[in-house]
Amino acid sequence: MGQRLIYLDNNATTPTDPRVVDAMIPYFYENPGNAASRNHPFGWAAEGAVDTARKQIADLINVDEREIIFTSGATESDNLAIKGVFEMYQRKGNHIITAKTEHKAVLDACGKVEKMGGSVTYLNVDREGLINLEELEAAITDKTVLVSIMWANNETGVIQDMKAIGEICAKHGVLFMSDATQAVGKIPVDPKEVGVHLMAFTSHKMYGPKGVGALFVNRKNPRVKVTSQMDGGGHERGMRSGTLNVPGIVGFGKAAEIAKAEMASDAERLSRLRDKLESALTGMLEESYVNGSREHRMPHVTNISFKHVEGEGLMMTFNQNIAVSSGSACTSASLEPSYVLVALGLGDDLAHSSLRFSLGRFTTEEDIDETIAKVAEGVNHMRDLSPIWEMYKEGIDIDAIEWSAH
Amino acid sequence: MAYSEKLLDHFKNPRNVGTLDKNSENVGTGLVGAPECGDVMRLQIEVDPATQKITAAKFKTFGCGSAIASSSLATEWLKGKTVDEALAIDNMAIVEELALPPVKIHCSVLAEDAIKGAIKDYQQKKGVQTVESIAASH
Repeated sequence: MGQRLIYLDNNATTPTDPRVVDAMIPYFYENPGNAASRNHPFGWAAEGAVDTARKQIADLINVDEREIIFTSGATESDNLAIKGVFEMYQRKGNHIITAKTEHKAVLDACGKVEKMGGSVTYLNVDREGLINLEELEAAITDKTVLVSIMWANNETGVIQDMKAIGEICAKHGVLFMSDATQAVGKIPVDPKEVGVHLMAFTSHKMYGPKGVGALFVNRKNPRVKVTSQMDGGGHERGMRSGTLNVPGIVGFGKAAEIAKAEMASDAERLSRLRDKLESALTGMLEESYVNGSREHRMPHVTNISFKHVEGEGLMMTFNQNIAVSSGSACTSASLEPSYVLVALGLGDDLAHSSLRFSLGRFTTEEDIDETIAKVAEGVNHMRDLSPIWEMYKEGIDIDAIEWSAH
Repeated sequence: MAYSEKLLDHFKNPRNVGTLDKNSENVGTGLVGAPECGDVMRLQIEVDPATQKITAAKFKTFGCGSAIASSSLATEWLKGKTVDEALAIDNMAIVEELALPPVKIHCSVLAEDAIKGAIKDYQQKKGVQTVESIAASH
């Protein structure tokens, strides 16, 4: 077919940077050692490579390398932080506060905590996708041990006011954890500066390989500890046992080094392309809306609803060569649209009509131009097919119709 | 998820898209689904009262590719059938024809409901026994 493939789903995963792959390859061949083998050159080489990577990653987020715990990815880091804090601080309290728009890894780990006897408060967000700081402060009790608020949202790119949240947590002596999976490597992230004590992130959202992530755990003032969720050889200061994924960690480190050097220029270029895409589509297509705050937002993401068009069907008009993601899951198992968009206060119809475009380091202007044309064509095609678009055009109040929900 | 060639063809080149005059005596309209569920199907038939044959069928659908293809296929099957023959169309025939994956079977159910809804509307206009009352008498 020879059609050029365009990848605008970088919030799902990023392609691995070739410089990262080059850095990893020797750790499959010349240096195959286990970083825990302390008695021969193979082990020493592996340990040295892990030390270097740990430093590169610590430098990216401005923390001490001893504060980086390697894991298999952000899901594991989220689980380790939430369940690990809950178990470690049981004597202090059993209450955790989080938000409704968190990633499933956080929400489901909190759900497990509830089954283990904990209690969890799920904060609402406003139309912009931001939590209410007064609501957060009011939710803190003497039983609260942890506040877990994501740095940037995966679906909308909305960035929370981390500094203000950190101040509230510090004032009440509560630990502050953040899932920063979508933020690290894309925008400046400095947990200590904003009072974050635990922070989950992963390699494959910042042009590194899949299967490796990290949890930042604050070492001093306060000294934070988590109960391990994976028991074994006592790796990672006893917090996460298991042989280290040396090539993965080397790649993660290289990705962090590149991100530190290129983040600012990537962000500037991508926000310009994102703005072009967003203003072209919302300008050409009536009844299209950007979801979430445009002011407090990641530079490479836009989430747009095209009213009276179903997202999954719309994607099918161009997904032979353009990859994006939809807030609509139309399966018999789940007819519910994105819970994140619903939490923002979107009606189910607008939530079903959304597409998320997430740009990345390898996105070109040509990609964006082609996407604008194909998506606009797709929306118009789907609206020609849409009975509710026709009703809307005839001035019929769609909300007044009694629909036969099935 | 890989879709069948037939499904993709109906999605990309949908047959019988459009609108019939819903106020016409000989037109029946079925409107099923709901925007908040992510799919709405409107299927219309025009019936020749003398022969009871469906002379035209049109649809518009808000929904995923499978919902659009199911309704497009349904309109093709309806044309030339009598009302009674149309009532016999079963959703599983649509599933088979389009090779719908299990998670999309509800799209074919919706299409069957839309067919039955359109026929019921037509029959009510004509003052004859409706699908429901026939079903109830069984």
